[in-house]
Amino acid sequence: MRFLFILLAVLSLSGAAHAVQPDEVLKDPALETRARGISSGLRCLVCQNQSIDDSDASLAKDLRILVRERLVAGDTDDQVRDFLVQRYGEFVLLKPTFKAHTILLWLAPFLVLILGGLGLLIAMRRKPARPAPEGLAPEERKALDALLNGDKPSGS
Amino acid sequence: MIVEAGHFALALALGLSLVQFAVPLWGARVNDPVLMNVAPTTALAVFGCVGFAFLALLIAYVSSDFSVLNVVENSHSTKPLIYKISGVWGNHEGSMLLWILILTAFGAVVALARRSVPIKLKANTLAVQAAVTIAFLLFILITSNPFKRVVPMPSEGQDLNPLLQDPGLAIHPPLLYVGYVGFSITFAFACAALIDGRIDAVWARIVRPWTLAAWAFLTLGIAMGSYWAYYELGWGGWWFWDPVENASLMPWLAGTALVHSTVVMEKRNALKVWTILLSILTFSLSLLGTFLVRSGVLTSVHSFAVDPARGIFILGILIAFIGGSFALFAWRAPLLQQGGLFAPVSREGALVLNNLFLTTACATVFIGTLYPLALEALTGEKISVGAPFFNFTFLPLIVPLLLILPFGQTLAWKRGNLLGTTQRLFVAMGLSLAITLALIALTFGGPVLAPLGVGLGIFLILGSLNEVVTRSWSKGSSWAVVWRKATALPRSTWGTVLAHAGIGLTVIGIAAQAWSVESIGALKPGGVLKAGSYQVRLESVKPRAAFNYREDVASLNVSHDGRELGTLETMKRLYVTRGMPTTEAGIMTIGLSQIYASLGEVQADGSIGLRLYYKPLVLLIWIGSLIMAFGGALSLSDRRLRVGAPSRAQTFQTLPAPAE
Repeated sequence: MRFLFILLAVLSLSGAAHAVQPDEVLKDPALETRARGISSGLRCLVCQNQSIDDSDASLAKDLRILVRERLVAGDTDDQVRDFLVQRYGEFVLLKPTFKAHTILLWLAPFLVLILGGLGLLIAMRRKPARPAPEGLAPEERKALDALLNGDKPSGS
Repeated sequence: MIVEAGHFALALALGLSLVQFAVPLWGARVNDPVLMNVAPTTALAVFGCVGFAFLALLIAYVSSDFSVLNVVENSHSTKPLIYKISGVWGNHEGSMLLWILILTAFGAVVALARRSVPIKLKANTLAVQAAVTIAFLLFILITSNPFKRVVPMPSEGQDLNPLLQDPGLAIHPPLLYVGYVGFSITFAFACAALIDGRIDAVWARIVRPWTLAAWAFLTLGIAMGSYWAYYELGWGGWWFWDPVENASLMPWLAGTALVHSTVVMEKRNALKVWTILLSILTFSLSLLGTFLVRSGVLTSVHSFAVDPARGIFILGILIAFIGGSFALFAWRAPLLQQGGLFAPVSREGALVLNNLFLTTACATVFIGTLYPLALEALTGEKISVGAPFFNFTFLPLIVPLLLILPFGQTLAWKRGNLLGTTQRLFVAMGLSLAITLALIALTFGGPVLAPLGVGLGIFLILGSLNEVVTRSWSKGSSWAVVWRKATALPRSTWGTVLAHAGIGLTVIGIAAQAWSVESIGALKPGGVLKAGSYQVRLESVKPRAAFNYREDVASLNVSHDGRELGTLETMKRLYVTRGMPTTEAGIMTIGLSQIYASLGEVQADGSIGLRLYYKPLVLLIWIGSLIMAFGGALSLSDRRLRVGAPSRAQTFQTLPAPAE
């Protein structure tokens, strides 16, 4: 089921570059670690669901260099992210912000869990009120008799 | 000629499916065994027709018949035979044909299960199954005909997408489809039970093997796809929370819940309505996965609107089946009798909790995957929901589930004792806690979650093996007795133990990735790059040519603390026909760990870029999944699921299985 994904990955390969190249790596390891952290949370805009850290596309390379330039210029991590959001919109963030339009997204797992749990509690409480069925239904009785008497069902 | 015959066979299959749908359904209504018996016969005939159609396409591929459009677009005469065969399902039309082939094959197996399934249930089930077949046959005949001819006939094909020319991808789709489509049988059984208005433990016993088989195949398919992405895409990752991956994960999560709820239903006759609902849900998610991948909606709502014919058709199928089955559920479910009482602290209670967490996890993946689409369609706003979101929400749901798993497995049915259970798990808990603390001390300053994850994995393994120990070992008994008792345990018990231990292994493999080391460098021949205590030296970069591609091969000499371990090769390939480059990762396996090298581009000074990883215990991720699937298969071979049906079901519809 990955065909579509592959197709898109293939389309995005056109730049024939490759994820994080040696010449992009910053000299300062602390800055480089931060750069990697930021870029793994940024979406490569022309790929499908790939971070710019993983992507081979040339746009991703440009963004990686951009992130590093901003870091060298002294931006904080958040400033770098804000800068990119300003340029490309929220689409660039792989982890959506917690705002009015994503509130349902972020709360959904907890809502489902809580509602499911509540539903379970209610079902549990109601259950004992229901009497277990008494005795056997006529056809069950017949079937049981057949088994007990050792008769195989007719026709065999 | 055979191509037209194949096309005709598909049309014939459609006609026969209509019969398979209408006649048995009516027969079950009026209780006419003759009409009901039409179901198995037509199911076999439909399978025969679809099988013939598939064979026709296969022949066109193998003989490189470039008068068929589908072959032109996805094949090439110089392609190795295995990829000519796998090319059949390496494209939209062919993969849909494979989907239908597997669907009808399952129908045929149900038809042949002569003894175990009551005739009325079988007739209704096959009728529902025929409805699914009809929908997809119409889809393929109207929008995705794989047998279309092309005039004038080109002399050569356009080759298969190079990324798909890989043994992993040759078997990945069939495995995944068997999983997806396998749940259609569970779905059909559920709808049949609703139509009939009765359901009992016998139903659960009949359905469980199908669920287990589908689940095991889906597990294999997902694991296979994950390993393929790991070695083929060259990023070193093994799970990307890609919508296409999520599309297969959702039915897996729901299917895992289903496997567990059918156990409760079979053993204790409880959770009936829930099991039915879950059967419907699981297959609905399979359909949704098909829709997501096949319609192009994932790229953007807009690309879906550009060529809507296929997307709208599958969306129609989706709405008809999900809507229809839920309506059927709402209408008929109140007829189903609830049964089997149990206390909250019991094996059943634990399995209910398992279902709650699994369905919530499934819902999380569902919302995360579809939210951006819905938001864009409603407000035009574009957001991305990627790995960081899923890691943040999915893990807190899965970790508690895994923590309670060994307790659930140890609890007694009906009414359990939490204190006693904890006592029985004391050794497992103590050992895994000790190992976790030791690991934290050893790796102090490193990632914190890794030792905790490994500890959890060990707890899962010990906790599930604990069941074997407590059931076969008692004070003073000799080893021979213990061995005899352990091997005499039912295979379904061993299946459970193995599947759960498999999860433990996978968890360890995943957790250990926090310790993986990555380094990036530019190397000239003779140059050296280090990852942790491992080191590679670039020996040479040489060109090489094969059937349908050219490649540059970099040979790397791997050594560990000065000791040479051997050579690994990593390639940059160019597939000639499509002019498309790919990278082939070089992987060396050392025990359960791997050294992973991926080539980058050539730098200005003539050196080549190289990404090198040391990935400790990474193989456990997939070994664990294989063991999970094996556990499922072992459980499937339990004698309880094989014998125990009366010799003729026709005259004995209500209670075909005697007590154990």
